[in-house]
Amino acid sequence: MRIDSDDFELFGLPRQFEQDIAAIDARWRTLLAESHPDRFVSEGEHAQRLAMQWSVRINEAHRRLKDPLARAAYLCELHGAPIHAEDNTAMPGSFLMQQMEWRESLEEASTLAEVKVLASAVAAHSKHALGDLRRLLDDKHDYAAAAQQVRSLMFVERFASDVDHRLEALEQ
Amino acid sequence: MALLQISEPGGAPDPHQRRIAVGIDLGTTHSLVAAVRHGVAECLPDSAGRVILPSAVRYLPNGRRQIGSDALAEAAADPHNTLVSVKRFMGRGLADIADRSRLPYDFIEAPGMVQIRTVDGIKSPVEVSAEILATLRQRAEDTFDDELFGAVVTVPAYFDDAQRQATKDAAQLAGLNVLRLINEPTAAAIAYGLENGSEGLYAVFDLGGGTFDISLLRLSAGVFEVVATGGDSALGGDDFDHALADWALAQAGLSAESPQDKRAMLVAARAAKEKLSSADHATLACPISSGNRGPTELSVRVTRDQYDAIALHLVSRTVAILRKLLRDAKTDKSAVQGVVMVGGSTRMPAVQTAVADFFGKAPLNNLNPDEVVALGAALHANTLAGNAGAEEMLLLDVIPLSLGLETMGGLVERIIPRNSSIPTARAQDFTTFKDGQTALAIHVVQGERELVSDCRSLARFELRGIPPMAAGAARIRVSFTVDADGMLSVAAREEGSGVEASIAVKPSYGLADEDIARMLRESFTTAEVDMKERALRESRVEAERMTLATRAALAADGDLLDAQDIAAIEVMLGRVEAARQGIDHHAIDDAVEALANSTEGFAAHRMNRGIRKALAGRRVTEV
Repeated sequence: MRIDSDDFELFGLPRQFEQDIAAIDARWRTLLAESHPDRFVSEGEHAQRLAMQWSVRINEAHRRLKDPLARAAYLCELHGAPIHAEDNTAMPGSFLMQQMEWRESLEEASTLAEVKVLASAVAAHSKHALGDLRRLLDDKHDYAAAAQQVRSLMFVERFASDVDHRLEALEQ
Repeated sequence: MALLQISEPGGAPDPHQRRIAVGIDLGTTHSLVAAVRHGVAECLPDSAGRVILPSAVRYLPNGRRQIGSDALAEAAADPHNTLVSVKRFMGRGLADIADRSRLPYDFIEAPGMVQIRTVDGIKSPVEVSAEILATLRQRAEDTFDDELFGAVVTVPAYFDDAQRQATKDAAQLAGLNVLRLINEPTAAAIAYGLENGSEGLYAVFDLGGGTFDISLLRLSAGVFEVVATGGDSALGGDDFDHALADWALAQAGLSAESPQDKRAMLVAARAAKEKLSSADHATLACPISSGNRGPTELSVRVTRDQYDAIALHLVSRTVAILRKLLRDAKTDKSAVQGVVMVGGSTRMPAVQTAVADFFGKAPLNNLNPDEVVALGAALHANTLAGNAGAEEMLLLDVIPLSLGLETMGGLVERIIPRNSSIPTARAQDFTTFKDGQTALAIHVVQGERELVSDCRSLARFELRGIPPMAAGAARIRVSFTVDADGMLSVAAREEGSGVEASIAVKPSYGLADEDIARMLRESFTTAEVDMKERALRESRVEAERMTLATRAALAADGDLLDAQDIAAIEVMLGRVEAARQGIDHHAIDDAVEALANSTEGFAAHRMNRGIRKALAGRRVTEV
């Protein structure tokens, strides 16, 4: 176990997309219980610094492992298919069409109920797309195709957060 | 009156010596101090047996002042000089204080933070808070007949860095060593969780005098994990008082013009509000001497239903914030096992009902909502002081507000999103946008909005000496690091040339270090403290701590070392012991540092073993 082990190794998990989130969280707490700076308050500055480095690393791994999209992107990167979202904006036409439809629906929606309908449509889409992502990563090991799927899901995620903002505004 | 403790210089320190660490709830309307005694956290009473200190300071001519109940009693008679609810002004500029026209104070615009003119001169909210903290510190020192090692002070979860820094400055001014600032709902959860041995996901609904906080925490085996926090740092019981006072004046067709009348109306409204928590009607009565109809007596009857209607928009705001928090945490209200109610304003039936309706279950009220925050802070202070028996508890906190950088066009690039677990570090790459650009200005901001102008500015610095290159060719990595205390530092480095610059962020809203030093010199709080004596005692305690910790580590993990390593550490331990018998605190500090250096490698090995042990333990339970 080293500070530069990959996230899966650090958390003692199989290197795959499918994960039990409760197990990841439990592992995170156990690891921090052994390395958090507050555990070393009487042991001088050096121990504090070391504990800080470990905790930062453990929190970084936890952030990537618990979020399905970040986890998928990390797996693609580990297998030589980095996401490079900023240089790879080419998307299939059908996907772009749907994005435009959603954007229009959001602009036109004026009631809480309408935005909620859109929110559940987006959530259903994400769920389905994450299932495809799991098959690409864990069954087919097609990391290039998975990276493309991650890029399109990043668009969906950004749209979902815009929907959330609208919900918030309407609930105020 | 406390007796003077006499100890022989150089005498053997008590092997059971504990560091005295307290928890302080510095509230908008009242403040408390608590400490762990005989393994139990309890609020410390004053000489009259009262645990609650009203957060009120009255300034009198010639530097005299009244603090607490004595000051509060004069609030209506002497409104200009009796400062209450100053927590709302901490780290705030004049423009930030929305209801200033309703307050009886003579505000002065000052760079960074508003100030108030009193008969005893101009006071900053930091100084006023320091008076309250110093009173509590004195109370604790009288109780223990000893000096304090340090304090954990609580702040609303939604306080930004400027408000937190102002609180830290006030504590420093009061002569307190701040072990950490923790969020009020977190402190409440610690007290609640340890008291009840609870496990699972809990919401803490904290409606105080001036602030509203809501936090979601997961409790498991002594680990308190903050999942998400939210709130409104300008929503509290005071707003309910204002709403009721305005309504009563409108009902009576009256206005209140003078500061005395304004304050008297608020006091009367608060009394009526408190009565309505148990009665179904109350009468708001208040003499008015200024206003549209000259001197008269206002008397308005208000029923519980009428009051609930007046308060509805405020209660609805808390529910909207609740909803947003659950969405932030990507969780559902059905996953929440219990809702802990904190803060005096949760006594209002309208608030209890709204929370019960929202979660579909009755909120938990079994700890005193006034005391629970101070008790939790005391428990955490005990851990951070390194006292034995406290190591079972661990707090895993998050940052309450996003941290980012200004980019082109006054937009914010978020680097660390809110609710990230700390300690944390994140980096992002930027580049130059002009040919031959040799410097890059870095502006660090805090907040959730897209535009820099809508966020709080925390710090600015420049990276200079970038070698001239074509636009877009430089690769500048900006790294944000937040430590376990929530303190941010930012570093920038041009990767090609290696030029770098960094800053430890201390918001410009706080007081400058020179200001603090000057105020400390002028202040009564440390005048009589013999600094040298204190330093020696502190060094000896530290030496003993370090010796005990090293001995414990050797006993537990000594097998990781060979005989030579152990012998080297023993030599250092011997030097610490020898220095501790002397009276030169520098010599003690040097020996302690040498000991710490000699155990660096050992500490690394032990941490690795701990991590491996954590994984192994988990694997066993999985099979």
